[in-house]
Amino acid sequence: MTGWERFTDSFFNARVMEQYLPKIIEGFGLTVILALLIIVAGLAAGLLLALLRAFAIRPLNWLIIFTVDLFRALPPLVIIVLLFFGLPSAGMELSGFASTWLALALVLMAFSEEIFWAGITSVPKGQWEAARSTGLGFVATLRDVVLPQALRLTIPPLTNRTIAITKGTALASVVAVQDILGAAHGAVSHSYNPSPLTMGAIAYLILFFPVVVLGRWIETRFAWKR
Amino acid sequence: MSPAPIVDARAIHKHFGHLHVLKGVDLQVAEKELVFLIGPSGSGKSTLLRCLNRLEDPSSGSVVVDGIDMLDKRTDINKARQRIGMVFQSFNLYPHMTALGNVALALRKVQGLGRAEAEAKGRAALDRVHLAEKAETYPLQLSGGQQQRVAIARAIALEPRVMLFDEPTSALDPELVGGVLAVMRELREDGMTMVVVSHEMGFAKAAADRVVFMSDGMIIETGAPAEIFANPREERTRAFISQIERH
Amino acid sequence: MEDFLLAFLNWQIVQEAWPILWDGLKSTLALSAMVVPLGIAGGIILAVLSTLPSPWVRWPLRVWVDTFRALPPLVLLIFLFAGLPFAGVDIGAWGAVAVGFFLNTGAYYGEILRAGIESVPRGQIEAARSTGLTSGQTMRHVVLPQAVRNVLPDLISNTLEVVKLTSIASVVALPELLFQARQAQSVTYNATPIVAAAVVYFILLWPVVRLLSRLENRQLASRR
Repeated sequence: MTGWERFTDSFFNARVMEQYLPKIIEGFGLTVILALLIIVAGLAAGLLLALLRAFAIRPLNWLIIFTVDLFRALPPLVIIVLLFFGLPSAGMELSGFASTWLALALVLMAFSEEIFWAGITSVPKGQWEAARSTGLGFVATLRDVVLPQALRLTIPPLTNRTIAITKGTALASVVAVQDILGAAHGAVSHSYNPSPLTMGAIAYLILFFPVVVLGRWIETRFAWKR
Repeated sequence: MSPAPIVDARAIHKHFGHLHVLKGVDLQVAEKELVFLIGPSGSGKSTLLRCLNRLEDPSSGSVVVDGIDMLDKRTDINKARQRIGMVFQSFNLYPHMTALGNVALALRKVQGLGRAEAEAKGRAALDRVHLAEKAETYPLQLSGGQQQRVAIARAIALEPRVMLFDEPTSALDPELVGGVLAVMRELREDGMTMVVVSHEMGFAKAAADRVVFMSDGMIIETGAPAEIFANPREERTRAFISQIERH
Repeated sequence: MEDFLLAFLNWQIVQEAWPILWDGLKSTLALSAMVVPLGIAGGIILAVLSTLPSPWVRWPLRVWVDTFRALPPLVLLIFLFAGLPFAGVDIGAWGAVAVGFFLNTGAYYGEILRAGIESVPRGQIEAARSTGLTSGQTMRHVVLPQAVRNVLPDLISNTLEVVKLTSIASVVALPELLFQARQAQSVTYNATPIVAAAVVYFILLWPVVRLLSRLENRQLASRR
């Protein structure tokens, strides 16, 4: 065998690819579901925390800031491992899927809270004053005047951060979830051929390449030109 | 005998940390009166204005506007503020809403009007500041003068009993000042009660009923514009006016 | 509650496991000291190349960067560690981590530095060239220093992410902090070592997070 043949036989082996394609497709579905659940929960929780923080209740704010700092400082994989391997010794059990979901949703919550909050505080004080002077209450001012301006500002950093954290779904393979990477890695040990990894990599590119390009577009589209 | 003042602020003190910004200020404004507040920067005029609708909470004193005790905890401050329009130096229009959206927001959210009714009222208010044709335009596409007129429309749409103006023309290019002052003059002719903080002395001479000179957190002197500008009694007033007139 | 404390915050186990964790911490620091400069070097190469006007450079470069931004780093790492040996290229755990981080974090650093370079006004380059500096000198002495300053919060933020990301090296059995904590856990049958590792990460990285949240708040506010 020439070097080139050996290379294609290893990484682009048609027989192996055909055999494991269904597994990879299943993994693809799982990755997509996991990613969507993380995005929904993480962004909702992050926005909620940022809004709570706007009420400026001292002890509550300290708690929010600490929580946010905690999940920004800890590596996602450490949180996943802690939830998956740690909780059972306390008599609680979370599946690998649930551990990954919870861990990454908490991480996204932390990062998005920080971004939402920065957006809210960047709306000038005059906007609050103008709204309050017309009789709008605190909540109405936040909802109708401040938040729409804050959100626009937060879209680019939020998109990029969400993409980065969502890519972390591949970490689920460490806790035995059959997502794309889990399925691919498993298939390599079964077939003793790395072609499934090639497929896995391609699957991730199909999933995330358009998202990365979208993120780039959003960054220029929402650039604040004033 | 004159009727009860519509704005009645008494013994207002305001501290910001160690700073004593207002040192026992009394201000009464009669209905349909235009009172002009002048004085050097840092004299407390803007703070006084903002105490009247409680954008700042006075440290002590009392504020009654149109019979409502503004400092009473039981007062619904959001309801009370609808009777007191305010116009800011930096316009503070909401950049994510059209001119009409800016004007209609409080009509809908505070007064609870339906969209159609709020927009009709909003258009009427824009018409009063001669910007009916700019209803669908966003603030950033308007000139500074136009933005400030929209801000005035936003305030008068709520049919306030009193209007507060906090340096409404200071952020404007000179050629845009006239349009804003013209709108203010029309408001006055329609009988609006107005309290104006401004350096537009020409406008004060022509339109004000009374000029109040503040310095260092206190009211130094008050009187008819002719009096204050022609022969002020106090040395500090004289110094301030001669300095302004030189410009 | 007692059970919980015994399982998660068992001081005796912390003491037992500490030598193992300490080894792990040292490896994590060594790993970071290796991959951060590697990533920055990769980033500088990409960013400088991206200033070339030719579309023959620009577009392949963009595809390269976006590919490595789209590929989860763990996928890349496993490919290098478990896939390449099939082609007769075995670079080991450290090698796989080094190459993987060079490619992945290099792409991120590259994007940040490119944005930084684009933020330096054209007049700066013209002024430097007018005094006779070569384009290389202009880049090194005039453009890059300003570019770095303009995107410093992003650079720090990315570096924080890179240090956190070193934890995935545990998957290829490189004995860094998380891997060692897992080892200690399997020896002691207790979750405390993992909690201890998390605490170590937190103590190590919290100051950076605090600093960043200040810088970022200021940055977003100034974008208006």
